[in-house]
Amino acid sequence: MSVELKRTALYAEHIALGARMVPFAGWEMPVQYAGIIHEHNAVRSAAGVFDVGHMAEFRVFGFAAFDFLQGVLTNDLSKISQLGRAQYTLMLDEEGHIIDDLIVYHSGDLEYLIIANASNHEIDFAWLSAHAPAEVELVDESDRTSLIALQGPQALGIVRELAGQGWEAPSRFTLCEALLDTTPALVARTGYTGEDGVEILTSTSAAPQLWRSILSFGQVSPIGLGARDTLRLEMGYPLYGSDMDRTIDPISAGLGWVVPAAKTGYVGAEAVAKVRESGPTTKLVGMTIQGAIPRHGMSVLREGAVVGKVASGSFSPTLETGIATAYVPTGLSEPGTALQVEIRKKTLQATVVKPPFVTSTSLSA
Amino acid sequence: MAHPSDRKYSNEHEWVLVQGDVATVGISDFAQDQLGEVVYVDLPSAGDVLATGDSFGEIESVKSVSELFAPLSGEIVEVNSALGDTPETVNSDPHGAGWMVKVRLDDAAQLDALMSAEEYDAFIVEG
Repeated sequence: MSVELKRTALYAEHIALGARMVPFAGWEMPVQYAGIIHEHNAVRSAAGVFDVGHMAEFRVFGFAAFDFLQGVLTNDLSKISQLGRAQYTLMLDEEGHIIDDLIVYHSGDLEYLIIANASNHEIDFAWLSAHAPAEVELVDESDRTSLIALQGPQALGIVRELAGQGWEAPSRFTLCEALLDTTPALVARTGYTGEDGVEILTSTSAAPQLWRSILSFGQVSPIGLGARDTLRLEMGYPLYGSDMDRTIDPISAGLGWVVPAAKTGYVGAEAVAKVRESGPTTKLVGMTIQGAIPRHGMSVLREGAVVGKVASGSFSPTLETGIATAYVPTGLSEPGTALQVEIRKKTLQATVVKPPFVTSTSLSA
Repeated sequence: MAHPSDRKYSNEHEWVLVQGDVATVGISDFAQDQLGEVVYVDLPSAGDVLATGDSFGEIESVKSVSELFAPLSGEIVEVNSALGDTPETVNSDPHGAGWMVKVRLDDAAQLDALMSAEEYDAFIVEG
């Protein structure tokens, strides 16, 4: 039996650009165009445009929207009471395990927009639906919404040119409307690369024209999912399914910073409080490895004994070394700790590092 | 994609270029394109002995790892150690500076089992 892969509104663009397409979360997506390292470096040095139309968008509206979301998300929504503001947050189950990591935007009066991982689209919507009170409007906007990310030191300059005179770019972690050339859009100053840049929401029908407008700027390169992964891993940004899943709590995953201890009353709050009290037994740490690329599931050893597993692993084009995240016993999580990773038949030396692996980007400047 | 006709090819996408009793081995242009940007090349040492079909090393790109399989048998007389510092040479010059090992041929007749450039070009299209 073959299940058909879904295609974003930009599929034909990728084919025309000669992209190598791969299945990802049920979608046929570009993994690379010119090459992963080439694309990675293009984002760090100039600008890159990404089709992330596979991601899910949910709109929540109503007088009870705030209370509803406060009850299912870990982060404190009152921190984004100002219109347009966004925050990174988690959705947990009753055991305190992570269902998904999300960005929620205070997109309008009484309204929130959630952007969620493609791999959790159905699960997230079912969970939100099950917990939403009747008077809240919860709409899955994904099918009619395209998401295009434009990231890199030159990204904002391009957005400003497309938006024209009189448009002011939103500040970091904020969104606002824009007319990009002739395309009405929402421009969010968020991203997954560690560079300054935006994520642009627009209609699926307008997306191809917007994509082409962005690529008409010579300094922009099309970027596939391969480089998206190396970029986010260099920053230590987690990837659901790789760094965390339904068996992991936020404290072990190093995400306590979006689970404020003072906030109570949301699904999973009690379970998280228990983990905080007893302390996690394993923690997600960063590691650098030379000589081969560490990959998800590989064993992490200390003095010959298996102590943990690689969560995310890849090559850092900026550092030219292998980088990884791994779950290791809390006692071995100090930066500088010497560990080994079993890569196929060899044992390679690894050093615990506190991410981000790359500290000098257009965002950190 | 036309591969150079001065050499033979294996169905594991290696090429073999013979000069006297020494065969130089590398991976084809098709193989480097499929792999993507090479970041690590793991090769054996001079003095190691290969048997046909043996795995003799690994070549790793960001997204994948491929094993290298010996297209013939013999003793390794030289290894391209430059690939340790500049693995991307495999991508930029797979048939030249991207060579991997030189092997003293046990038996030149082994070459008959390998494909010509035209046969290899047809082979990669068939998939």
